[in-house]
Amino acid sequence: MKRVLIAAALSTTALTATSAAAQTEIEFWHDKTGRLGELLKEQVATFNGMQSDYVVVESQKGNYSEVLNAGIAAFRAGEQPDILLVFEVGTATMMAAEGAIKPVYEVMAEAGADFDADGFIGAVKGYYTTNDGQMLSMPYNSSTPVLWVNRDKLQEAGINPDVDLSTWQNVGDVLDQLKAAGVDCPMTTAWQSWVHLENLSAYHDVPFATKENGFSGTDTELAFNGPVQVQHISTMGEWARDGKFIYAGRRNEGGANFRGGDCALFTESSAGYAGINAEAKFEFEVRPLPYWEGVDGAPMNTIIGGASLWVLAGQTDEEYKGVAEFLNFLSSPEIQAKWHQDTGYLPITSAAGDLTREQGFYDENPGTDIAVIQMTANQPTANSKGLRLGSFDQIRGIIDEELEAVWSGDKTAQAALDSAAERGNALLRRFEQATR
Amino acid sequence: MEKRVRFKGLWLPLLLVMPQLLITAVFFFYPAGQAIWQSLFIPDPFGLSMRYVGLGNFEFLLSDPFYRASFVTTAVFSILVTLVSMGVALYLAVLADRLIKGSGTYRTLLIWPYAVAPAVAGVLWLFMFNTRVGVVTWYLGVLGYDWNHVLNQGEAMGLVVVASAWGRISYNFLFFLAGLQAIPRSVIEAAAIDGARFWTRFRTIVFPLLSPTTFFLLVVNIVYAFFETFGVIHTITSGGPQQATTILVYKVYADGFVGQDLGSSAAQSVILLVIVGILTIIQFKYIERRVHY
Repeated sequence: MKRVLIAAALSTTALTATSAAAQTEIEFWHDKTGRLGELLKEQVATFNGMQSDYVVVESQKGNYSEVLNAGIAAFRAGEQPDILLVFEVGTATMMAAEGAIKPVYEVMAEAGADFDADGFIGAVKGYYTTNDGQMLSMPYNSSTPVLWVNRDKLQEAGINPDVDLSTWQNVGDVLDQLKAAGVDCPMTTAWQSWVHLENLSAYHDVPFATKENGFSGTDTELAFNGPVQVQHISTMGEWARDGKFIYAGRRNEGGANFRGGDCALFTESSAGYAGINAEAKFEFEVRPLPYWEGVDGAPMNTIIGGASLWVLAGQTDEEYKGVAEFLNFLSSPEIQAKWHQDTGYLPITSAAGDLTREQGFYDENPGTDIAVIQMTANQPTANSKGLRLGSFDQIRGIIDEELEAVWSGDKTAQAALDSAAERGNALLRRFEQATR
Repeated sequence: MEKRVRFKGLWLPLLLVMPQLLITAVFFFYPAGQAIWQSLFIPDPFGLSMRYVGLGNFEFLLSDPFYRASFVTTAVFSILVTLVSMGVALYLAVLADRLIKGSGTYRTLLIWPYAVAPAVAGVLWLFMFNTRVGVVTWYLGVLGYDWNHVLNQGEAMGLVVVASAWGRISYNFLFFLAGLQAIPRSVIEAAAIDGARFWTRFRTIVFPLLSPTTFFLLVVNIVYAFFETFGVIHTITSGGPQQATTILVYKVYADGFVGQDLGSSAAQSVILLVIVGILTIIQFKYIERRVHY
C-alpha cells in the first residue's frame, strides 16, 4: 500500500499528493466480473464519492477459489488486503484461521460503528456467525435455490402452466407427462450438490452432517446418506435413466440448456434471474423449490450460497475504521435493495427487503420475492441454518463424482452416498488435524 | 564404441556449466526440496501453524483407493496421448517426406496447432463436442450416436486424449520430418533396387534409423502427458465424470489450490517426482539400448 501511495505521489502534482496521502486506502479483493463487477464498482464509487476520509480500492482476483488463494498467498507474504470476498464453502477455513482474520463484530465494536447484526435475515446471518451470535464475516452476495419454469414448454406439452409444482411428487407426474409429450429435456439442474443434497437436507430438516452441520465442532461427520436424501437421489437417478432429468455438468452448465429453451424445469440459484431474464425468449416463472410431501418438518427453509466479506488481520486501526464504515455502507437498506433488485441475490437485511416491497418491485416483477420467502418461512433449526465444514470444496467434488455414478447408473443412491460420506469424512478428519 | 573428448582444467568447464547449474538449483532443487519438506507436515492454509506428521501424508494418500486408481488413469492417459500423438505425427511426417509439390504449405499447416495453448485447445475441443451445441455432437446425433462425455467415462477419456494429443502432433511431426530427411537417400534407394517395397523399407531401414528421434520424443511426450496436459483436463472435464480423467497432476492442483490441503498436495508432488524419475531411468536404461545412433 505504501508503494501505491508513493506511486500516487510521483504521478500526480504535489498538491493532489497531499490530499491522497490524507485518505486512508482500503483494499478490497473480489471475484465479480461482467454485470456483477460493474455493479460492485458502482457501489465502491458511490462510497468513495460520499466521504473523503477513505478510499476503497477494489480489484478482481479471479474466480471464488482463486480469490481465496490470492488472499492466502498474500497473507503469507504479509501483503494481505483489508477485505477479502470468500465464498460460503470457504467459511470453515476462514473461521479456523484465527490469527489471520479480524471478526466483523470486533471491527465494528472497535470503530464504535452503529451496527445492528440483528437487522440481517436470520438464515443469512446464521451462516456467518458463531454459535453465540457474533458475526464473523459480513454477508455480501447470498442466494438460494428455486425452481425455474419454462411456461411455454409446459403449454406445448399440453400441461397447464399453472400446474402445482410445490412437491417432488407433483414434479414427478409432470415429468412423466413431459416425457410422454416428447420433450427432450424435462428437467435439468445447476450445482447438484448444493441444490439436491445440501438444500434438500435443510429443507427437510434432516442433518447434512453431525454436530449441527459442523457449527458446534470440527469433529463433525457427514450424515447425508440418510433415508430422505437416499430416496431423493434414488428418484433423481431413475429420472436420469428415463431421460426425464438431463445432467449437464457440475457447475451451472444446465443454465445454457434452460435459457436456450430446451428444458421445461430447472433447479438453480435465485441469482440466475439476471441471466435468464436477459436471454430467455420464452415466458418463464420462479417457483419455490419443491419438497417431498410426507417428510416431517418439510418444507423448512432453504440455505444460502454465495460469499461474504472477511476482514483480514494485521492492518492499522485507521484502516479498520474505514473498513467498518464501508461495510456499514454496504449493508444499508438503499444499497442492499438495489443490489437485490439488480442481481436476484437476496436482500441481506430485513430493511432492504421491506424497502424493495415499498418500492413496488415485487409487484412489478412477480416471483422475485419467492427466494426471500422460502429462506425466511421458518426459524432455522440446527439442520437448516447452514453448513460449516472444512475442506468443503473438495467434499463437494467428491459428492459430484458420486452423484455422476448414480446418474449414469453405475451405482445405487445408497452406495454412492455412503461412499461420498466415507470419503468426505476422511477429509474432515484431516481438516480437524490441520486446525487443532 | 564410445567416443569421449576430454578437456583440461577445472575452472573453465565449471564456469561454463554454472549458468545451467544455477537455473537447475533455483528452479528445480529448491522447489523440490521445499515440496519434500512440506510433505512431512499438515499445515493450515494460512501458514499459521504446521503439524509434523512424518510420513502421514503418504500413508493417507496411498491408503486411498481413489488415489491409487488415479495411477491407472494416469498410465492409460499418458500411454494413449503418447501413442496417438506420435503415431499420427509419424504417419504425417512419412507422407510429407514423400511430397514434392506444396510441401511447404502442408508443413506450415501441420505445425500451426503447436502454437495453441493447452487450455485454449481444451476449450476448442470442448466446444466441438459440447453436448448441447457441439458441431461434432450434432453430426454424431445425425448418425444415431448419442455423445455425452459429461456422464460417459470412456468418451470423456477419449476427448481429453485427442485434445491433448492434437497440439502435440505438430511438435512430433517436426522432429520426425527432420529425422526422416536425415536418412541418406542412398540407403533407401539401394533397398528399393534390391526389391524391398515401401512397407519393408520402412520397417527394416527407416524406422530403425529413426529410433534416436523416436526415443527422444517418447521421453518428452510422456513428460508432457504427465504434467502439461493440466490445462486440457481443467477446461474440458475437471477430472470427471466420476474420476475418469483425474490424472495425478490434476489431483495435485485440486487438493492444493482448491482444497487448501498443502501437505497432501506436496506429498503428491513428491510421488510424481519419484515416478517420473523412475520412468526416465527405465527409458534410458532399457529402451535406449535398442536405439541406433
